[in-house]
Amino acid sequence: MRPISYSRVADVGTAVGTVTADPASAFLAGGTTQVDLLRIYVEQPRRLVDINDLPLRDIEELPNRGLRIGALARMNEVAEHPSVIDRSPLVSQALLLGASPQLRNMASIGGNLLQRTRCTYFRDVSTACNKRTPGTGCAAMDGVNRGHAVLGTSDQCIATHPSDLAVALVALDADVIAEGQRGRRSIPVHEFFLPPEDTPDIEHPLDHGELIVDVEVPPAPDGSTSLYLKVRDRESYEFALASVAVALRVEGGMVVEVRLALGGVATVPWRARRAERMLTGQPATTENFAAAAREELAPAVARGMNGFKIELACRTIVRALETVAPDGAR
Amino acid sequence: MSPAIGGTLARLDGRAKVSGSARYSGEVPIPHLAHAVLIGAPVANARITAVDATEAEQSAGVLAVLTHLNLPKVAMQPSLLPSLAGLAAPGHTFFPMQDDTVHYAGQHVAVVVADTLERAEHAATLVRIDYDTTPPVTLLEEIKDQAYEPQKIFGGLLPGRQVRGDIEAGLRDAEVRVEAMYEFAANHHNPIEPSTTTAAWDEVGRLTLYDGIQGPTSTQLTAAAFLGVPPAQIRVVSNYVGGSFGSKAMVWPHATLAAMAARHVGRPVRLALNREQMFTSCGHREQQRQHLTLGARADGKLVAVRHHKLSLTSHFDDWAEPSLQSPAIIYDYPNYEGIYRLGRGNINTPTFTRAPGEATGMFAMESAMDELAERIGVDPVELRLRNCSDTDPATGDPWSSSGLRECLERGAELFGWAGRDPRPRQRREGNWLIGTGMATAAYPHAQPVNPQRARARIYSDGSVIVEAGVSEFGTGISTAMTLVAADGLGVTVDQVRFAGGNTDMPNITAAVGSAGAGAASAAVHLSVTALREQLIGMAVADEQSPLHGADPAAVVVEGGRMALRDRPDAGETYSAMLQRKLVPDVEAIGNWIPPAQDVGHGMHTFGAQFAEVGVDAELGLIRVRRMVGVFAPGRVLNRRTAHSQLMGGMLWGLGQTLLEATRMDARSGRWANASLADYLVPVNADSPDVVVDTVEVHENVVNPLGVKGVGEIGVVGVAAAIGNAVYHATGYRARSLPIALDDILSQAS
Repeated sequence: MRPISYSRVADVGTAVGTVTADPASAFLAGGTTQVDLLRIYVEQPRRLVDINDLPLRDIEELPNRGLRIGALARMNEVAEHPSVIDRSPLVSQALLLGASPQLRNMASIGGNLLQRTRCTYFRDVSTACNKRTPGTGCAAMDGVNRGHAVLGTSDQCIATHPSDLAVALVALDADVIAEGQRGRRSIPVHEFFLPPEDTPDIEHPLDHGELIVDVEVPPAPDGSTSLYLKVRDRESYEFALASVAVALRVEGGMVVEVRLALGGVATVPWRARRAERMLTGQPATTENFAAAAREELAPAVARGMNGFKIELACRTIVRALETVAPDGAR
Repeated sequence: MSPAIGGTLARLDGRAKVSGSARYSGEVPIPHLAHAVLIGAPVANARITAVDATEAEQSAGVLAVLTHLNLPKVAMQPSLLPSLAGLAAPGHTFFPMQDDTVHYAGQHVAVVVADTLERAEHAATLVRIDYDTTPPVTLLEEIKDQAYEPQKIFGGLLPGRQVRGDIEAGLRDAEVRVEAMYEFAANHHNPIEPSTTTAAWDEVGRLTLYDGIQGPTSTQLTAAAFLGVPPAQIRVVSNYVGGSFGSKAMVWPHATLAAMAARHVGRPVRLALNREQMFTSCGHREQQRQHLTLGARADGKLVAVRHHKLSLTSHFDDWAEPSLQSPAIIYDYPNYEGIYRLGRGNINTPTFTRAPGEATGMFAMESAMDELAERIGVDPVELRLRNCSDTDPATGDPWSSSGLRECLERGAELFGWAGRDPRPRQRREGNWLIGTGMATAAYPHAQPVNPQRARARIYSDGSVIVEAGVSEFGTGISTAMTLVAADGLGVTVDQVRFAGGNTDMPNITAAVGSAGAGAASAAVHLSVTALREQLIGMAVADEQSPLHGADPAAVVVEGGRMALRDRPDAGETYSAMLQRKLVPDVEAIGNWIPPAQDVGHGMHTFGAQFAEVGVDAELGLIRVRRMVGVFAPGRVLNRRTAHSQLMGGMLWGLGQTLLEATRMDARSGRWANASLADYLVPVNADSPDVVVDTVEVHENVVNPLGVKGVGEIGVVGVAAAIGNAVYHATGYRARSLPIALDDILSQAS
């Protein structure tokens, strides 16, 4: 392990100031991904600033029936919090389907959003990876890429975004609240995750030293039913091959409002706006669900081993919609 | 008093393990300890053209950087012989860092030693090694045209070709033929504890190795050969081993490298493989393809079997796991041809992995039997019963014991097999298609070839210590041996302490091939039996004993008290006698000489597997809902731990069937998923309701207590039972392991 220095800070201002002032420094929260990446030299900070003492662990109810979740709240704390279960079951479900109980007890909400891809080439410093080392190429493109993305890819990178929580947040139009040297700002979550394009190393709009302090989660649409459906090889403790966050409101057999987001198949938590547009105002039928799913996946690009994900994503969308539709499949 | 053997004693080391007080090889506290980190070649086929260790050597805390340029040459290269032989047992016929050639990715090319693990890891990133690379060969597809037929496989133990009868005529005359190709992904063991060796030399040149291994003696003899140091100067300690599954059955180079590094820096050195290195440093189950043809009469009676296997091996060894052996004897048929073919690639030598061979070969055999059953319209269990053999079909010898019929019948009963609708795709529950399947299991009874020893000592207070140099790698051997000792000596379990785990103790061969309990129990039983005879002899010869003058054969012992069988009031305890005679302790050695290979009996363990699966064919999900396994392992020493081992074996099978695959990146010649996040094994949520049962068989050939072992039979047949259940659920016949979600998605929906 590369030699590093470590310090612990007690307030947000000091945390932001310390990391902003030192380009070779990084925040340390739960550390469940970061310490791994440090040990395998994928991330190489010289200084870690431990933020676990910051008062960012509260979960509050907002007047709009939404929630404010502190960035240092642990995954399990959030998933099991009565307000979250009551107001945002989608978030609770997504969290509980992620990682393992041990990891969920350590991992923070802010860290969850900033976790790096599980692409094995990204994690192997001897291989080409534009995300890790820009300009070196992408070993995954023609490599072992069964787990890789089919949506939002570029010729630079096909790494999948691993978070389940982020998929739920994208479906709910959450906001990421960050504090930096220039003060506090709110970033709509759909602008927070950046597709790789020509700069796969740039994954979010935060400045160096800018810290996620809260996540604000608006309520799901009135009268909607929501579900997080995750498909994977084994029953637990695995990243999604495909996942769907859905909130659906049907009246008189017609889709009044639908929120749909995909995980496991895209380079970012993927809001399925094409499918949403196609479904809204249409009869809630399996046929329409399938047509909307196909529409959403139309731009998908398969690479070698991951072609099955296109079909899998379509079927997972249909299954999720059927499950929350009032009369099930029709 | 009921016998201790066959009871349900909880693991005696359970508390130490769960509380963390059990010390594994990487945890033994040693003063002045230095840490070694291996560097594996990132390329698979290359020559090293330059090494620059300057920066690493100058890095803080670094004591040495060893490469092929400065590592001493090994004294000799022992040949590859399975550790069951009891001799030196290197995992491959190769020792790294002896020259500049890289044969496979991950091959050790340097060892960095520093005062802390972190400093050694950091310095390892500073070693610059230049390679002149050639494209690697790592896939079956790349070698299939150059494959050869080896004389011997499996460390020279088995012939590359076996035949009986006339295969061509047999297949020609068969009324029904089933022919199919089966594909198997490479598998890795993935025990929780990565292999670790701690090496310490003393001032007079004696070496102590703390090593995670299935048999301490195998490390001792292998390191002795490589180092050119007499075995008497090497002590190996292996008190606790955190799982192995075959990865620690052989002795891989890191153990010797730890000793070399310690000698080089003049300090004790600990060398622990990391998780990724576990994929390249201690073997694996090879990627393979099997071509199987069954010929049968219209009533399902088999008449001919042709079974060919193609697999990948290393540049230096003819290793194939013996996939063809169990299918060759499981049923009674006269005509057989089994041929192994190998291709050399840029991979490490494969090794034993969880029923090496049986787990793959029986998938092919029992999948094909399921097809045969469907073709001729016979129930799958009935088809097996029709083909059961009362003798070893390869030799005509009777079985030492079988129990296969009873396993099939008992399993069918426990599972509720009767009345099964054989047609596929008939049962649905919501989104789930439900299916059931079954298969038989067979595992050869392996024997050590050299004497197995144990030592038993009783103190005058009646307490007993029994020692044998076994490794405790999770099987519960120490607990089981406590039961064996208590029964043999006629004392209670709490009077006995069993100790194993180092080479100072009487020698037991490495516990491989499910032979550990049989070998150790034989030696322990003979040691306590000898001790008991000695004690009874003392009593009957002692004028002051109530047993004076009695016929020793008329004396029974229970709860530590010797008494006449016919007159229980006449007797005394071991302890009373020893204290009266002022004898502090009495000791005896047990020395079991295993029967020769040709004992006039076929020796196999048999079983039957049943599984029910749910398949969500739209989403590609396969979930095993319940499993039943019934086995005939001879004498069961500890019902509780035996049950755990058999159940664990069945869950290995679930992993092999649905999850486990190491994928090769053929461009680099490197495993692409060398981590526990990417190499999936079942988690608790995948584990269904598992029913384990055993049937009793009369077994008096294999060893004194009739113990055939439960280490691996549990996995055999599981893959076929699940695969057959998937077929029954969906109508999709899977012939490739693991059966992936992608396969179901494209084939079965």
